[in-house]
Amino acid sequence: MTERTRGRSHRPVVTGIGVAAPNGLGTQSYWSATLDGKSGLGRITRFDSERYPVRVAGEVSEFDDTEHVPSRLAVQTDHWSHLGLTAADMALRDAGIDAGDLPEYEMAVVTASSSGGTEFGQREIEKLWSQGPEYVGVYQSIAWFYAATTGQISIRYGMRGPCGVLCTEQAGGLDVAAQARRLLRQEATLVVTGGTDASLCPYGLVAQISTGMLSPRDDPERAYLPFDADACGYVPGEGGAMLVVENEATARARDARPYGVIAGYGATFDPRPVPGEEPRYNLHRAITLALEEAEVTPDQVDVVFADALGVPERDLAEAQAISAVFGPHGVPVTAPKTMTGRLYAGGSALDMATALLAIRDGVIPPTVGVRAAAPACELDLVRSAARDGPVRKALVLARGHGGFNAALLVTAP
Amino acid sequence: MNVVDTRPTTRRRTRRRAAAGGSPRTRDDRRVVITGIGVAAPGGMGVKAFWDLITAGRTATRAITLFDATGFRSRIAAECDFDPGAHGLSPQEIRRMDRAAQLGVVATREAIADSGLTTADVPPERLGVTIGSAVGCTMGLEEEYLVLSDGGRKWLVDPAYGVPQLYGYMVPSTIATEIAWAGGAEGPVALISTGCTAGLDSVGYGYQLVKEGTAGAVVAGATDAPISPITVACFDAIKATSPSNDAPEHASRPFDLNRNGFVLGEGSAILVLEERNAALRRGAQVYAEIVGFASRSNAYHMTGLKPDGREMAEAIRAAMRQARLRPEDVDYINAHGSGTRQNDRHETAAFKSALGERAYRVPVSSIKSMIGHSLGAIGSIEVAACALAIRNNVVPPTANLHTADPECDLDYVPLTAREQPVDVVLSVGSGFGGFQTAMLLARERDGTRGGDDHD
Repeated sequence: MTERTRGRSHRPVVTGIGVAAPNGLGTQSYWSATLDGKSGLGRITRFDSERYPVRVAGEVSEFDDTEHVPSRLAVQTDHWSHLGLTAADMALRDAGIDAGDLPEYEMAVVTASSSGGTEFGQREIEKLWSQGPEYVGVYQSIAWFYAATTGQISIRYGMRGPCGVLCTEQAGGLDVAAQARRLLRQEATLVVTGGTDASLCPYGLVAQISTGMLSPRDDPERAYLPFDADACGYVPGEGGAMLVVENEATARARDARPYGVIAGYGATFDPRPVPGEEPRYNLHRAITLALEEAEVTPDQVDVVFADALGVPERDLAEAQAISAVFGPHGVPVTAPKTMTGRLYAGGSALDMATALLAIRDGVIPPTVGVRAAAPACELDLVRSAARDGPVRKALVLARGHGGFNAALLVTAP
Repeated sequence: MNVVDTRPTTRRRTRRRAAAGGSPRTRDDRRVVITGIGVAAPGGMGVKAFWDLITAGRTATRAITLFDATGFRSRIAAECDFDPGAHGLSPQEIRRMDRAAQLGVVATREAIADSGLTTADVPPERLGVTIGSAVGCTMGLEEEYLVLSDGGRKWLVDPAYGVPQLYGYMVPSTIATEIAWAGGAEGPVALISTGCTAGLDSVGYGYQLVKEGTAGAVVAGATDAPISPITVACFDAIKATSPSNDAPEHASRPFDLNRNGFVLGEGSAILVLEERNAALRRGAQVYAEIVGFASRSNAYHMTGLKPDGREMAEAIRAAMRQARLRPEDVDYINAHGSGTRQNDRHETAAFKSALGERAYRVPVSSIKSMIGHSLGAIGSIEVAACALAIRNNVVPPTANLHTADPECDLDYVPLTAREQPVDVVLSVGSGFGGFQTAMLLARERDGTRGGDDHD
């Protein structure tokens, strides 16, 4: 069912944004850095990465776990949840929500996570194997598992509605927004959604390296160049974004000013790759589903936020999916994640937040570092500098490792 | 009017828009049925072995054999008797997949074969996958950690020993990927990880995808394989698991006065969910219809439960409203019944609050008494048990329940299964993070009973 058929008052709108990104902590800091093309990529500082084949990442360097999260909560949660709790708090403040004023069962929390509390987990598993089982701490069971961030946000704000956790790697941030919308069609009136990830500890990095898709370059400005002929993989990052989503009627009733509307969504999955055969991808169909549901034609879309993996074969596949819908060079395409690295579940949530900010300010943030799109990628890539122009409809794409595709359309309120 | 959703996407588009625009009832009229079941559970692989075990009241809780548990507080668990090669997995599949994914894929193959569903009935783009798991590929993550850290000695783990499947272990979504591949699904695919309610929430998620028409059918279920040192140690640390190492067969004792914690388990259950009319049209067997699903959170404590069961009761009430059922309609409650005192009080109170006097008359049982608590998987295994209870008109018992607890004064079906009419079943789950979920299943029949998302 389209939102239109239910009437405007039932449209799911985003009223609050909170960002914890490598190039900016807080929405304003992130957005001004992003429009200026300021990258948050740099040499890894969280541990000595000298002997690793990947030494560049996007760390949220301004973030102090003990400053931003109450100490009692900080000790029982991983860095990934600290970033999520901080972004959720920013989003709720931004939306002007006092959770105490709202019906407890109508508020829900649905977050995405790709890899859970990796750093906390590495510390505890090290205690287990170096010292013995009795040295594993009491918080391991609740800090490491993928539901930690949702559970802690629910507790912190007394949100007793139908909470959830989705793990679809990079696609997660869009999939949870769609689930938030589903809950708003049922009994919820407010959903905190989005995601973060933070696996920049030694074990987390080595696990990411195992895909062979991470960039081995040491120059942060040349390490992550999606769609470029010189692309050589992606840079991993940490952080993400949280969003407050409400029904338009409830948002308007309290004079909230929405950033935009979740107007369409599609999710598909790629078939299993068969050795010796050309891989087949279903991103194109995810885009089509999202546009159809929103009753939007391709020519009405003002910008596409690409998944932009930075792996040539996958970049080409994404470019082909975009061109198949919009025509060659048919729509402005951008990848501000070139300034943050891939944040996994946090990455698509951040792209969605960025798309809403682009709509608010009528400007498309740039893709940095890319000098020229590879000739086979027939894209109108917004390079080097932000591009002005009205942005009323923005499409966000995400592909999760293993075959997940998601497309989500946000439109001006 | 019911929109039949087995047509190819290209033909369906215009119809769907017209139907959605013209009749908001369309989505609500779609009903969702279970047409296939696959189970990989402790005590026996496959649906038949599982049903035989839990209706005989036998227990599958034993001393841990998957690793040397010397030095751990709790050294018992319910393990699957599982040889991946003998259960049809190829050498490459075995190497690639964590044990949780292996169990899930084996259960998926059984479920799809049981349903008889083919791509002629539901094409790949209309087939979804929703899989629950609490701890994902922990076992693989721990085994590889041990190598990379050379036995826990190095914080700066050695990248030279990173195996190709390592990233797939770190992201639990790999399990959903494997199951989507096994089922040939190209529609919406997701891994749901709400801790110990994940197995109910994943079936609920799949139920909603079919109900709203996003998918024509969904392979829904859950899998977990947490019997590894780190998981056992983390439950040791909070004394959540039973230390009855001398009597593992009798260690899982939900609702018994002498309970002392849960017994960790592993396993998987996968269900095939289909839109009812399409399923009936193709002549599918129908185990049961899903008629209600709701979840709430206690926003109280990550592991603690208040004795009043308030939020679980609210979830039950919401599911009952959707199903348009009254307390008198419920024939059996499949309890969370983990075997901790706080859980048993919590859910006993929830049943009384939500069902009133009926709570004292309806049989309540916990199959965790027999197959342990497999974290995210158990919710789906319990839904499978509920569907089989409806199919067979049998209520499985609570094993090991010898001494009544004055705080738990309902009918917990001690020791022996009961033959009785079972038309409507309530299954509940409760987990770390404060999640509380309720699901209602009903015997499939003509008529108007069906969920409604909107009350």
